[in-house]
Amino acid sequence: MLKAKTHTGLVFFPAYDWAISATHPEREERLLYTQDQISEEGLLDVEGIDEFKAGVVDIKDVQRVHFCVPDARSVMTESHFISAGGAKTIGKAKMDGLVDRGFALVRPPGHHAMRVVHGGRGFCNVNNEAIMIEYLRQAYGVDRVAIIDTDCHHGDGTQDIYWHDPDTLFISMHQDGRTLFPGTGFNNETGGPTAAGTTLNIPLPPYTSEEGFLTVLEKAVLPILQEFKPDLIVNSAGQDNHFTDPLTNMNFSAKGYADLTARLKPDIAVLEGGYSIESALPYVNVGLILAMAGMDYSHVVEPEYSAERLRQGPSITATIEKTCQQVIDTWNDRQNIRIRMQENVIYAERHNTVFYDTDGFYESQHETLQVCRECSGVLKIDSSVERKMRVLAVHIPRKACENCRKTGYQWFEKTDMGPYDMILLQDRPEDQYRVRKK
Amino acid sequence: MIRLTTMIISVSNVIDTHCPASRRIRRNDPIDQGQTMIIGLDVGGTHTDVVLVGENGLERRIKVPTDTSALFDAVFSGLEHITRDIDISQISHAVLSTTLTTNAIVQDKLPAVGMIVTSGPGIDPENFRTCEHYYRVAGAMDHSGREILKPDEKAVEDAASRMRDSGIEYVGVVGKFSIRNPAHEKRIREIISPMFEKVFLGHNVSGNFSFPRRITTAFLNASVYPLHKRFFEAVRQSLDKKGIQIPIYILKADGGTMDFETSIDFPGQSILSGPAASVMGSIGFAADDEETIVLDIGGTTTDMAVLINGVPVLAPYGIEIAEHKTLIRALHSYSVGLGGDSTVRVEHGHLFIGPDRTGPAMAYDGPEPTPTDALFVLGKAQNGDREKAEKGIEAIAQLLGVSTAEAARRIFDQTCREILDSARQMVSLINSRPVYTVREALHGHQIKPTRLLVLGGPAPMFAENFTAVSDYQVSVVPHWDVANAVGTALSRTTCEVTLFADTYKLEASAPEEMFIQALKPGFTMADATEMATELLEKKALREGASSGDLVTDVTEALEFNMVRDFRMIGKNIRIKVQVRPGLIGQYEKIIAQIKKQSRNGDHPC
Repeated sequence: MLKAKTHTGLVFFPAYDWAISATHPEREERLLYTQDQISEEGLLDVEGIDEFKAGVVDIKDVQRVHFCVPDARSVMTESHFISAGGAKTIGKAKMDGLVDRGFALVRPPGHHAMRVVHGGRGFCNVNNEAIMIEYLRQAYGVDRVAIIDTDCHHGDGTQDIYWHDPDTLFISMHQDGRTLFPGTGFNNETGGPTAAGTTLNIPLPPYTSEEGFLTVLEKAVLPILQEFKPDLIVNSAGQDNHFTDPLTNMNFSAKGYADLTARLKPDIAVLEGGYSIESALPYVNVGLILAMAGMDYSHVVEPEYSAERLRQGPSITATIEKTCQQVIDTWNDRQNIRIRMQENVIYAERHNTVFYDTDGFYESQHETLQVCRECSGVLKIDSSVERKMRVLAVHIPRKACENCRKTGYQWFEKTDMGPYDMILLQDRPEDQYRVRKK
Repeated sequence: MIRLTTMIISVSNVIDTHCPASRRIRRNDPIDQGQTMIIGLDVGGTHTDVVLVGENGLERRIKVPTDTSALFDAVFSGLEHITRDIDISQISHAVLSTTLTTNAIVQDKLPAVGMIVTSGPGIDPENFRTCEHYYRVAGAMDHSGREILKPDEKAVEDAASRMRDSGIEYVGVVGKFSIRNPAHEKRIREIISPMFEKVFLGHNVSGNFSFPRRITTAFLNASVYPLHKRFFEAVRQSLDKKGIQIPIYILKADGGTMDFETSIDFPGQSILSGPAASVMGSIGFAADDEETIVLDIGGTTTDMAVLINGVPVLAPYGIEIAEHKTLIRALHSYSVGLGGDSTVRVEHGHLFIGPDRTGPAMAYDGPEPTPTDALFVLGKAQNGDREKAEKGIEAIAQLLGVSTAEAARRIFDQTCREILDSARQMVSLINSRPVYTVREALHGHQIKPTRLLVLGGPAPMFAENFTAVSDYQVSVVPHWDVANAVGTALSRTTCEVTLFADTYKLEASAPEEMFIQALKPGFTMADATEMATELLEKKALREGASSGDLVTDVTEALEFNMVRDFRMIGKNIRIKVQVRPGLIGQYEKIIAQIKKQSRNGDHPC
């Protein structure tokens, strides 16, 4: 009987009765052939691979991460509660010791969902990984977490949520934002003044193949992970970097992804994008699961695979080497960068415009961070969508000092309702989430 | 995982139980004309039970010790004895549930067979090797039934020659994703069938996913084929000679019956029917609007199942026997190593019951104390050596530092509690089966059984205790010690059909039924349901069902828009239909009579 070397958990939630729309890439059919392949391989009969039923998240689980405008139920459908629930289930299984590693093969995806949520964007509504991680921090006392986002698109949602969190290392490797949605994820996006260096972006040229991805892993990701020493490594395992994906231009493969998984050794992987539902997903996911379980994946080869045709040219290799070096330099320089950013600054301000492509509107954000030497700092976001709502969102971070806590409550209780439809508060230390309405 | 009880090898004559020896006389008067009767025969680990049921209820019953070295004989003499002095024309049919093929698998007494497998990308099929003569040849289909690589026909011929030269007569041929496109399996059979007695194809033995399980299933079908065929011929011959010419059916692990003749092509269906027999035997006594746990308390194990509104829950994939995981459809059966003969021991001051069995109760000259011995001490069991039982329980009592009576009470209580805990665990496992739609995830049914139905040798004693220590409503199946055989007799045909329809390819297929049909555009789920149900009815009739007796369910219906280049090109429809497992139409009358007999204390001979 086949045996897994690493006890691996699997949550599979293909949401066969839900879609963004009938012909959308995020539709019922997306994971159908993947399930067929996994079933036909007999993966669930392998000793040491266990399947769990996806749980459902609470409203509080969502509020712990997001400011939903006007509320969670308005920006989520039932499927989102279960998709995030699937990630939560696998996280719990790992922390309860039921498994050593786990993979949440769930849809809909989440890494484009930011801290403030007015609707769907990039096929995402809420951030599955963030919801899982904050739950694990709350329930199990997990502290340092690394999120390695290998989806073809920049994980701008996850980046936004953890921009000011020095205890969360966010590394995203993706197709260069000048050539693909969401148009961000450049080298100079490195985090806020109290967390600089724990957000790292690795833009890759189109047509990067296995060699490129694995170089990034070996040269940049693994060494940085070694120094960061996370309690948990989470992989946002989007599979739209496959050579057959219809929405992107990269040349990754099933075996490449399996190699990446085998070397990265994530504790938890969560599916993100990936829309080549017949030629890529079935094979990549089988490869990923086998790699996670420590089993032989050398026979997982897509029918259309050809190493020669997919090989990347020397200029791509050169560009990637350079980018890796820049990332390492940023990481090594992070303390100095923070010092420079904090010098003579009490309140650090940021302006952001967020485009919600699914729902077709723009959100305007004005963020104020209280730069703090004791903790990562309380922050507030003035967020508005024209002709819709304007809200003030106050975030008191997990390890907030007493001063920042007081400031947070002052902002929440004392700010004049006036221009705002709602004022929201995330009190992470007390795990309390409140709202003042007009 | 089904664990099998150890078989007792002993030779003995047919004994009529419950009848004092003086009444073991031939009946001179034939049974009344105009009553239709059915024979049910169930071979158990220790005993073989044969019953004759009819409109008067339980007409006759026999219990014979099982002699595993002479199962054929046990079956004939059982059939012969049960029909003695009965007007054969009054007998509708006989249903047999035997452990013949099960034993052969568990004891590894199978002939050598050959396997040819083709696979493609994924896990190396060497990992699924079932036997020495297992050949992997190049050839591959993808998950949607598209050919990736043609089968290597030369390699097929070589493999076949080598198998034939080794004396192999039966071969299984299995391709990955053959259920989406069986062309390769068919082609390989075309090449090799002149060289072998019989070839079993993967897509015929099951229409469900799991390549490794399909390999095992084809392998087991090939392996038990000669044995099952010999059995069939021997039974037929013997019965013909005795002038007992009645239709014969076998009971399958999914609680359904299959015509004996048809079963020759699907011999794997005869495996592991035992647990199904006891579940079917309890259906008639379960409420049809409640959720019930069925507990069959045996010597070594207690086998558990669940009835939802009188319909048994099915196992998610199929039988698991010895080290083989299969796709042979089965009722869900959860087995724990707690039974009447479980070994009782004390370790570190704690009492342990089972999971092993070292022999019968000490009251029956066994070597170690058992819960049955505890029952003797408590005065709840008779017809054994109470002194020996007491000695055994006393030894346990000393280790625990309590009186013998107290030890007996503790042993029995713990056995009961542990059985109930396992039952709750089983329910929890069923309720945590993964689901894949939003609707099921949020609104899926969770079972909350309120009833226990108990059968097996010590059923009444255990039932009493279950009532005292739990909130379940507990009842005992009447004639609990031959309920298996009654269930066997009253089972009806059950089977399932899986249909794939692709409205882009304009093709529908049900590979297990060897059915492929071109479709007209505009084919809908409703059309698919109709098509699948038609195939199902044909299949049921082929397997020996009576047309008036088919209750069909749609067990799975999924429909997906297939979109390529952002345009919808067609629908991918998958539908699974079944003839619901259950009892034959006339069962209500018969069961009512059995209940009446039981209340009146009738013991038919």
